[in-house]
Amino acid sequence: MEQAPPDAPRQLQPAPLEPLGLPDAGLQAAAGEEEEGAREEGPADGTMTENNFWLKKIEISVSEAEKRTGRNAMNMQETYTAYLIETRSVDHTDGQSVLTDSLWRRYSEFELLRNYLLVYYPHVVVPPLPEKRAEFVWHKLSADNMDPDFVERRRIGLENFLLRVASHPILCRDKIFYLFLTQEGNWKETVNETGFQLKADSRLKALNATFRVKNPDKRFTELKHYSDELQSVISHLLRVRARVADRLYGVYKVHGNYGRVFSEWSAIEKEMGDGLQSAGHHMDVYASSIDDILEDEEHYADQLKEYLFYAEALRAVCRKHELMQYDLEMAAQDLASKKQQCEELATGTVRTFSLKGMTTKLFGQETPEQREARIKVLEEQINEGEQQLKSKNLEGREFVKNAWADIERFKEQKNHDLKEALISYAVMQISMCKKGIQVWTNAKECFSKM
Amino acid sequence: MEGERRAPRARSCGLPAGGAPAPSPGVDAPLPGRSGPPALPRAEVLDLDEDEDDLEVFSKDASLMDMNSFSPMMPTSPLSMINQVKFEDEPDLKDLFITVDEPESHVTTIETFITYRIITKTSRGEFDSSEFEVRRRYQDFLWLKGKLEEAHPTLIIPPLPEKFIVKGMVEHFNDDFIETRRKALHKFLNRIADHPTLTFNEDFKVFLTAQAWELSSHKKQGPGLLSRMGQTVRAVAMSMRGVKSRPEEFMEMNNFIEIFSQKINLIDKISQRIYKEEREYSDEMKEYGPIHVLWSASEEDLVDTLKGVASCIDQCCKATEKRMSGLSEALLPVVHEYVLYSEMLMLTEEIGKLEDKVECANNALKADWERWKHNMQNDIKSAFTDMAEENIHYYEQCLATWESFLASQTDLHMEESSEDKPESH
Repeated sequence: MEQAPPDAPRQLQPAPLEPLGLPDAGLQAAAGEEEEGAREEGPADGTMTENNFWLKKIEISVSEAEKRTGRNAMNMQETYTAYLIETRSVDHTDGQSVLTDSLWRRYSEFELLRNYLLVYYPHVVVPPLPEKRAEFVWHKLSADNMDPDFVERRRIGLENFLLRVASHPILCRDKIFYLFLTQEGNWKETVNETGFQLKADSRLKALNATFRVKNPDKRFTELKHYSDELQSVISHLLRVRARVADRLYGVYKVHGNYGRVFSEWSAIEKEMGDGLQSAGHHMDVYASSIDDILEDEEHYADQLKEYLFYAEALRAVCRKHELMQYDLEMAAQDLASKKQQCEELATGTVRTFSLKGMTTKLFGQETPEQREARIKVLEEQINEGEQQLKSKNLEGREFVKNAWADIERFKEQKNHDLKEALISYAVMQISMCKKGIQVWTNAKECFSKM
Repeated sequence: MEGERRAPRARSCGLPAGGAPAPSPGVDAPLPGRSGPPALPRAEVLDLDEDEDDLEVFSKDASLMDMNSFSPMMPTSPLSMINQVKFEDEPDLKDLFITVDEPESHVTTIETFITYRIITKTSRGEFDSSEFEVRRRYQDFLWLKGKLEEAHPTLIIPPLPEKFIVKGMVEHFNDDFIETRRKALHKFLNRIADHPTLTFNEDFKVFLTAQAWELSSHKKQGPGLLSRMGQTVRAVAMSMRGVKSRPEEFMEMNNFIEIFSQKINLIDKISQRIYKEEREYSDEMKEYGPIHVLWSASEEDLVDTLKGVASCIDQCCKATEKRMSGLSEALLPVVHEYVLYSEMLMLTEEIGKLEDKVECANNALKADWERWKHNMQNDIKSAFTDMAEENIHYYEQCLATWESFLASQTDLHMEESSEDKPESH
């Protein structure tokens, strides 16, 4: 991940010391930030600028991974991997870094952190975690979660996740995130105490539920369409890439067989023997070179995978907007129907069907006092409803404004990162070609001297 | 990078006859100068001794080990025939040029068969004309080979391509099969033409020049005295196997042939397998490039980059196709011919065991043997050098493609950043 040069420390509104308890708090913080015109991307080098929690810049790294055994919730023994997160503070003046915090976390805790962020920052495209299970595996690569190569790539992915969060202008100031980096024990309890799981809209989890929104925001519809396309095309690309890797592996490794046969053959040849044997050695070199080449490519695949998962994060924002819009429309509808009821009661005309109206017809008119009481109740409800609608509208507009700001930020980041990844792929190919030229030139020399 | 010394071990007649060769050096002593991660131990890379049909590259996927399907040679672009003609013995005095081409299908009520056109150009006096054109079928080639073997039982007669492909599911008359056979028949005739003795064989001349009806009547003449003697020699040879003590030279030849036969068969399998793997790689690449183009449709800012990558992948795919065709032109036919040679030699060398019966035959065979070995070394050297050259060319092409893409991306970047600079005069 490219590191942008660090910005000068910004003067920021102090972030709240208590865990953010309300979903709105996230929006307020964002709104506050908007006013300061801090729409530019935060420092992208994993450093956080001054606020109430840090006095200096910090660096974050996930430096180690360790296999552990422990007991799970059902008191059964399990094996898992723990990751060491180290936080360093960097002195402005001389650039020296000092280790300030270091603790171990496992993947499930990262998941918990992310789920929390998803609930409290619904308008933010929350950075994704590296994959839970190895997918798009080409056959020589292990699909086992405990495989050291997989663990290593996951370590890098988790570090990347933390750096992304830390460089996000809004997310970086979250207290729970800070505690994730600094408070080993009790962190889980602290997160759960925020009650975020209760606040999470369960409807978001119902993937199949569709909300018929009457006036969808065109931009969000387009964005959802885009995120679907992105997910589809990257999946396809990763699948084919895995197959290409498989085939390439085959081509290289079969050449390795020449090595042994040439060697054995050289034993019976007088003039040709030396040439055969050294050529065979080069065939071995050629065959073994593919391992490094494909390992590098795996990192490229991981970069693409990040954006595959980012597509989901994009879709999550769209969905939240959709829900919000739906709730708004329902509230407006409800208000309109109450107003109409009120009007009918007041004027005595019955245009809409109501149960009360029917029973009145069947069992006799109600008294004027009863009618007055009902009108009063309705008027109160209408008042409340209007207030709610007003605030929902405001909320909706704020959401759209903030979400769109983050989406623009995300787009720029994506264009930059993907372009860089594609260029790095070209660099990898160039390196592979150069190695190939060298090996075959050597082999040709051996053959021609036979 | 050269300078590999062979591991010290006996490589003369001390090798047990027909036994397994001593362990290859790679297993015990890692070759010096090897860089990068340690190569897979050889045993994992290849396990060919157990079952000759298995070419084990990976331990997992069984389907990859299926060598039963004969991978057909790709129809190749017409390669200059000149390359296939080796000026083996008297490069400056070659006076007989033969080409085999234009396979044609003939259908009769009884059978369907293929004939090949054979053009002969010569300056030799014993030929009535300087140019001949005839049509021959596989049967005729078989007849010629038989006659040569009868007439010269002590010489190494070039092999014919197989009559059928037993292992494969290839139809007898599909295009690849015909092309492969044509190339092999061309090689067969040229080998005879280049052989100092065989080139003057009378039946060979008849084969090259006679019209169809002339050949039929010539064939009908019974086997000559010489051929009958040849049969006797063979019969005696078979019965004398293992009885007489063998001179050292023939033991050495024996050992050589056995090991050579083993190794050339392995090389044949490996080379065929490489072709197959490259074919499958190329097929996947064909799908890989277009996905990037598809992606570019939804990414405004990445169109150039994505399309650039797609184009590079497509170019590399084409380069792979070219590499494959090079393999099937240069390496595969040569190696396969020597597989056939080695099968034949396993039998022919029996003749050498006759000592007092056909004394002169020993010397003739020995001379021919030396000649054959010399040619073999040249052919193998040539074929593998060509293969290396193809690979170098392949990587050079791919390198150029990717480097030009990278340059275009860097240029673009510089252009973009220069646009941001304020005007200054």
